[in-house]
Amino acid sequence: MAEKYISRSSAIAARMLGGEMMVMSAVDSTFFTLNEVASAIWQAADGRTPLSEIVASKICREFDVDRERAQRGADRFVDELSQHGILLVSEQPIMDFSSSPGNQ
Amino acid sequence: MSLLAEMNQKALDLGLPISVHFDITYRCNERCVHCYLDHDDHGEMTTAEIVDVLEQLADAGVFFLSLSGGEVLMRRDFFEIVERARQLLFNVKVKTNGVMIREKEAARLRQLGVEQIQISVYSHRPEVHDAITKLPGSLKRTVQAIRFLKSQGLKVTIANVLMAGNFSDNTGVMALAKDLGVLYTLDPTITPKMDGDTSIIALRIPGSDLKQVFHNQELVGNVEEFCAPPPAPGEDVMDGVPCSAGHTACYISPYGDVFPCVQFPLPSGNVRRQKFLDIWRHSPELNEVRSIRARDLPTCSTCAHVGTCTRCPGLAYMEGNMRGPSTADCEKSFQRTGIPSANMLKRTRAASAGPLIQIQSLPNSVQNHNVALNVALEENFLTV
Ligand SMILES: C[S@@+](CC[C@H](N)C(=O)[O-])C[C@H]1O[C@@H](n2cnc3c(N)ncnc32)[C@H](O)[C@@H]1O
Ligand code: SF4
Ligand code: SF4
Repeated sequence: MAEKYISRSSAIAARMLGGEMMVMSAVDSTFFTLNEVASAIWQAADGRTPLSEIVASKICREFDVDRERAQRGADRFVDELSQHGILLVSEQPIMDFSSSPGNQ
Repeated sequence: MSLLAEMNQKALDLGLPISVHFDITYRCNERCVHCYLDHDDHGEMTTAEIVDVLEQLADAGVFFLSLSGGEVLMRRDFFEIVERARQLLFNVKVKTNGVMIREKEAARLRQLGVEQIQISVYSHRPEVHDAITKLPGSLKRTVQAIRFLKSQGLKVTIANVLMAGNFSDNTGVMALAKDLGVLYTLDPTITPKMDGDTSIIALRIPGSDLKQVFHNQELVGNVEEFCAPPPAPGEDVMDGVPCSAGHTACYISPYGDVFPCVQFPLPSGNVRRQKFLDIWRHSPELNEVRSIRARDLPTCSTCAHVGTCTRCPGLAYMEGNMRGPSTADCEKSFQRTGIPSANMLKRTRAASAGPLIQIQSLPNSVQNHNVALNVALEENFLTV
């Protein structure tokens, strides 16, 4: 399967609240909360690091889950957020960093 | 419980300020008859000071940021402020009269990812709206602004404040909102001026009009449910906190003053002299506000309405006692249910106790910003 690169949309608001990340889309006001694992993927979504590498380095190692399960979970999470325009997904590195106002 | 409500509860449990209302100027291009502000500039914070406050708010965990005034666009650095706020990933809501928003400004707001814009409209008729704002041509410009914002795909809410002078145009404004494809919210209570001047309270709608608002299905949904007599309050009600002011929310003025809420002008610190988090955590005033539970309210704790009343502690404070009743909310509870409040009964008893005590006439109507009736003409927060 082709590699995936993910980056955060500029049209979102986000803040950590007690270990969970609140994310709200400015496009359709959809409100999400991300648990610790999802927050880690979110924070690593820099458009340059392949999703598989994020899964290996941030998820498997830090949360002690097996590679296949973590990748499946990450794929589902990325699909859902991208449907709401909250994450941008591409098969190529995403170079437009006007979209990443910080790593809060 | 919705996800958003869950997050609010979590912020309350953790004592975090999830929402801040930040007025960046009190200057304005309109002179609304009912406005609670003094529009002179008494030394607004500079761009650098505001940016510093925004950074502190982000660090403190603030997520919802309302930028308002005065008229926000009177500040030349308005877009710079919004840009920094968005870089800091706040959910930004802007409150404006819209007069200075043209295509370019609407596009910029969209580009910056502002989540919603609230615009005041008092009537669908220019002669009524413009007489309130005292700016000729303002309705036309405001409606144009709404169109520009909508065409950018922005979420817009029309906010209507009901007064004796525009009450009958309420349905007209609602129809206008529908026509423009925007949300509509109305506020039936005129609050005193921030400096304590109560003269504008005379603009309030009479109780009979308030009753009509509360019994309007289009505004409140299920009238029977909305106007039902209050259930007997349980222990949870008596242990409850009145509203978010000082608990998960606060207000910052253009001069850096921190209050529990825009409607609760209790000076609690100043960000020009103190760090925001120090004020939030250690201000004796905020801690006093936080300590108050329904059971501590001398009159309200004995009132049948205590569990369902929209009692605003800020309005109570402006009447002289933050633990007291807010007569505007007493009137609302009464007009909604037909059941007199403990405060009304106390006054009646006092009045009949002897000729030395005068019956104080109650202000005709009441409201509070926290409970503005929301009429969703579009989807509200979609939660996942
Ligand atoms: C102070 S204005 C600031 C934003 C902008 N200038 C506007 O008018 O929309 C915010 C809201 O407060 C309302 N407002 C002003 N004075 C009021 C008062 N005394 N009582 C209740 N609402 C008031 C306005 O009508 C407006 O909807
Ligand atoms: S436009 Fe807003 S700030 Fe200006 S006078 Fe009217 S209510 Fe007050
Ligand atoms: S109706 Fe009046 S007395 Fe009763 S709870 Fe509300 S503010 Fe207090």
